[in-house]
Amino acid sequence: MKAAKMKFLTEYRNNELVVKYLQAVIKTLRRPWTMMEICGGQTHSILKYGIDQMLPGEITLLHGPGCPVCVTPIELIDKAIALAEIPDVILCTFGDMMRVPGSGGNLLEAKAEGCDIRMVYSPLESIRVAENNLDRRVVFFGIGFETTAPTTALALIQAKKRRLANFSVLSAHVRVPPAIELILSSSENQVQAFLAAGHVCTVMGYREYIPIAEKYNVPIVVTGFEPVDIMQGIYMAIKQLERGAAAVENQYSRVVSKNGNETARKLIDEVFQVESRKWRGIGEIEGGGLAIKPEYAALDAAKIFDLPDENIEESSRCWSGKVLRGLIKPPECPSFTIDCFPEHPLGAPMVSAEGACAAYYNYANSRQGKTNA
Amino acid sequence: MCLAVPGKIIEITGADIEKSAKIDFGGITKWVSLAVLPDAAVGDYVIVHAGVAISRIDEAEAKRAFEYFERISTEVNESGENEVSD
Repeated sequence: MKAAKMKFLTEYRNNELVVKYLQAVIKTLRRPWTMMEICGGQTHSILKYGIDQMLPGEITLLHGPGCPVCVTPIELIDKAIALAEIPDVILCTFGDMMRVPGSGGNLLEAKAEGCDIRMVYSPLESIRVAENNLDRRVVFFGIGFETTAPTTALALIQAKKRRLANFSVLSAHVRVPPAIELILSSSENQVQAFLAAGHVCTVMGYREYIPIAEKYNVPIVVTGFEPVDIMQGIYMAIKQLERGAAAVENQYSRVVSKNGNETARKLIDEVFQVESRKWRGIGEIEGGGLAIKPEYAALDAAKIFDLPDENIEESSRCWSGKVLRGLIKPPECPSFTIDCFPEHPLGAPMVSAEGACAAYYNYANSRQGKTNA
Repeated sequence: MCLAVPGKIIEITGADIEKSAKIDFGGITKWVSLAVLPDAAVGDYVIVHAGVAISRIDEAEAKRAFEYFERISTEVNESGENEVSD
């Protein structure tokens, strides 16, 4: 079936444009460079459209911690499962979260065992679930970067305004810039330029990336998600690298402005405060998370419910932490397709829709003649 | 996770945090929140993420990006040098 034409989408999948930008990259390139894309959506586009294979061997693309599902700590998944096991609770969350392993199982298994867990497309849907089930307590397990934080904030603000007493949120929201700084400040860092996540910047703008580019002397190009966007973003980064520049540029200007969406940011500020957060596979990141403010404590599931609070370590057979920090690519992990598959994942990046390991399993693995079955 | 899809506003209702818009995604329509794009109007293209329109697409910027490409493309075709100039 031929895909429907969609304005502002189809034209950015134009193969001819991709090839022209590739030619521009090749003409500009003089030395080997390593860059990292931050968003899992970009990682999947790169693998799906074979952009990594088109590029000259001098360019290495590393895949960053751009999958909020992947970095959600095991402890929070265990808390979500513990919530779902409370008899009067309905737990709502995004479908991406369902199969991510906690310490003893995942949400899908909990659902199969009888817990009332509902997949929603929007946090606002979970408000409707609460309104339609006033005798139950409805918890939205809110995950995501700054792109998604305003949607959860909106749900909390609507719930407060409507005096919805049976609704709360378990926040696993995370922030991108502290993770970029963590990667750049590591002695093992190999990244020389970043493709910043376009939709995060839709909300946040790109002002906060300017001091990072200056401090670490790295070009940062705010980049979209379609193949033309990504190849253009790579071209812009290479052009800067070859000139010794380290500026923040905006490839995705049709959607992203320097200041982002101020109304959306106000919602985030109304509801959330910055806190340190453990990122799965990476560890504690200062300023890496968004917690619900005390003013919204009555809607904060972490405060309302008595939840398990244990420190749990990842299986040593899972190298997802190295993948998420850009130190290795998924096939370099000894467990990749040996004892880690989407059906039986050791870590989150193999099962999340945007995880780097899943991207390699789905796209790159088949290129090498391996089976995906 | 940060997947967001472009669509066109065809109807608007409500106000403030309850403001919502009917969006045409290439033939499929869906109501989404317009709470964080208070100035968006019918006919505008927006990017929708998790049931919320989070950004208006700037058509002039989109056009400029294609002009940028035309320039690069011309330079790549014409340039005998191993570099693309600004």
